[in-house]
Amino acid sequence: MFGDYSLGDLGSIFVMQGFAGLILFSVYVLMALGLAIIFGQMGVINMAHGEFMILGAYVTWMTSNLFQTYMPSLFGGYFFLAMILAFVASGALGMLVEWALIRHLYKRPLDTLLATWGLSLMLQQAYRSVFGAREVGVELPQWMLGSLHVTDSIEVPINGVFVMGLTALITIAVAYVMFRSRWGRQVRAVVQNRVMAGAVGINTEKVDRYTFGLGCGIAGIAGSAFTMIGSTGPTSGQLYIVDTFLVVVFGGAASLLGTIASAFSISQTQSTLEFFMSGSMAKVLTLLAVVGILMLRPQGLFALKVRK
Amino acid sequence: MTDNRFFNRSELIGILVLAVFLVVVLPLSLDVFRLNLVAKYLTYAFVALGLVICWGYGGILSLGQGVFFGLGGYCMAMFLKLEASSVENTKIQSTPGIPDFMDWNQITALPFFWKPFNSLTFTIAAIILVPGIFALIIGTAMFKRRVGGTYFAIITQAVAAIMTILIVGQQGYTGGINGMTDLRTLKGWDIRPDHAKIVLYFFEVGCLLVCIMIAQFVRHSKLGRILVAMREKEDRVRFSGYSVANFKIFAFCIAAVFAAIGGAMFALNVGFMSPSFVGIVPSIEMVIYTAVGGRLSILGAIYGTLLVNFAKTSLSETFPELWLFGLGGLFIAVVLAFPNGLAGIWGDYVQPRIDRLIASRKSKPDGWTDSSVADGAPAE
Repeated sequence: MFGDYSLGDLGSIFVMQGFAGLILFSVYVLMALGLAIIFGQMGVINMAHGEFMILGAYVTWMTSNLFQTYMPSLFGGYFFLAMILAFVASGALGMLVEWALIRHLYKRPLDTLLATWGLSLMLQQAYRSVFGAREVGVELPQWMLGSLHVTDSIEVPINGVFVMGLTALITIAVAYVMFRSRWGRQVRAVVQNRVMAGAVGINTEKVDRYTFGLGCGIAGIAGSAFTMIGSTGPTSGQLYIVDTFLVVVFGGAASLLGTIASAFSISQTQSTLEFFMSGSMAKVLTLLAVVGILMLRPQGLFALKVRK
Repeated sequence: MTDNRFFNRSELIGILVLAVFLVVVLPLSLDVFRLNLVAKYLTYAFVALGLVICWGYGGILSLGQGVFFGLGGYCMAMFLKLEASSVENTKIQSTPGIPDFMDWNQITALPFFWKPFNSLTFTIAAIILVPGIFALIIGTAMFKRRVGGTYFAIITQAVAAIMTILIVGQQGYTGGINGMTDLRTLKGWDIRPDHAKIVLYFFEVGCLLVCIMIAQFVRHSKLGRILVAMREKEDRVRFSGYSVANFKIFAFCIAAVFAAIGGAMFALNVGFMSPSFVGIVPSIEMVIYTAVGGRLSILGAIYGTLLVNFAKTSLSETFPELWLFGLGGLFIAVVLAFPNGLAGIWGDYVQPRIDRLIASRKSKPDGWTDSSVADGAPAE
């Protein structure tokens, strides 16, 4: 298997596959962060999470078109505005959905799963009717094209580096909001003991709504970042939803650190395997390994010890 | 018959009505093409029936029923495919005597796991045993470690994803994305012409009625009551000394076997099998059939399956864009407004009126004790 390559080649292959894995890792982390907040903190299974992500991607696409037509001079910076718009759009839709649908179902988690699946079907059809069934791709600004030459045989694409930087930034921001801000403390209080949190004066309904909105907003940013490395179609979100749930469950549902660790291990395994066998077998082996480990250790990698 | 262990009076009437509907009314009123469509829908009814036991009674939501449907279907399809690719039929291939898709993928000998499927006995055993054992393994691994609820749903979904990727990826062994097509004969008997379709339809209805009886038996046995008790308060059942995991495994296995029988019927009636009936999307659609019919109602699941599929066919024929909106809306409406589906609506609104009607006829001489009689009268 390794015989045809020299040691140096093999090193470069591992670095470049590792880098491809890091890009996949970034997408997983961005998607899983939102899901970890919604599923890990609130216990709600949001099957429409992928569609919230795609909403962000479509918002980015529209913004880039807008800039191209009306403000070509500012095109280099459209992405930053697009990201904010994506966050707002997905977050607002998320809060609306929480108000109309999710809040009636907190006591029936399996039913949320079905209802949000219904929602995802409707959103997919809505995208198809509005944006067409074809996949769309955004045009990258000039500075994001090309790649960095690290050594003669190793080169890394700039958009990948950008997406990774963005992921790191958002992860830090989320960690800060959840563990350092007053609002994050309220969220965690509601998760740990809803009745008690209400008794000390936290508006639990409002906290729920904003938590769900935040999770969906982050999915929107994930979609925005996703346009940098792939094209967007009405059903793109569905492709990632199962993987993302596995990432969250594998990491231990309530742990942000676990989510990141599991996203890293899953994406690295998959992209390294992809070099040696067909993409589909790499995926099958990765998923099988994850399911197998989950059967041995159902609580995931990093489980919080909670008294129930 | 009223105090029989397996039915009470109204259930018996319900099953008879369903039997008459499927055996007499539908074959007389539909042409062969439509009847074959009904046969296709009914294959999903097996899955829905299994879900009633597993999800409705046991409270275990499996989003991977498509896997078992597929396992059953592929077992049947492998047998039919081998029969269809006899040496005479496949003379033009570079290796005669193996299925056409293997030949296209440069495979020159029949893989070892295909060989036993030359025997019908083995195939029938495999349809029951392969999914059953697979469910046993998954169930044991999950339930013994007390994984349940949403986690179980996600993991079964991942299994469905793995299965689809595997089938699509291993084209040479499974027929890939196109699946196994061009199935012709069963032990020399052509399954394609109209009269064969009708025979297969009645055979399928017969199997379905047997499965309904099994489900009824499970429901009214002690086992069924423990399942319900477990769904409501798992810890109490455990503290009472029952092994909760074993009951869950049993419910999951029986649902898997029902789904597999449905899959095998699908391969026979529809004449092909493909990965599009295995993955995540069809698995969740099968759950919605059960939810629409009523997750607690054995008969409701069958009517729900027929209704959703009729709606799907007619809506997607006329307004393809509307269908997904309709299906999505149905999910949300069922969950929010009618958690017990059609059977719930029937039980809450229709049944009491019928009872009242019967009661008022009986109590005509008294004239005005209607409501009090109606309250005491319901058969259940």
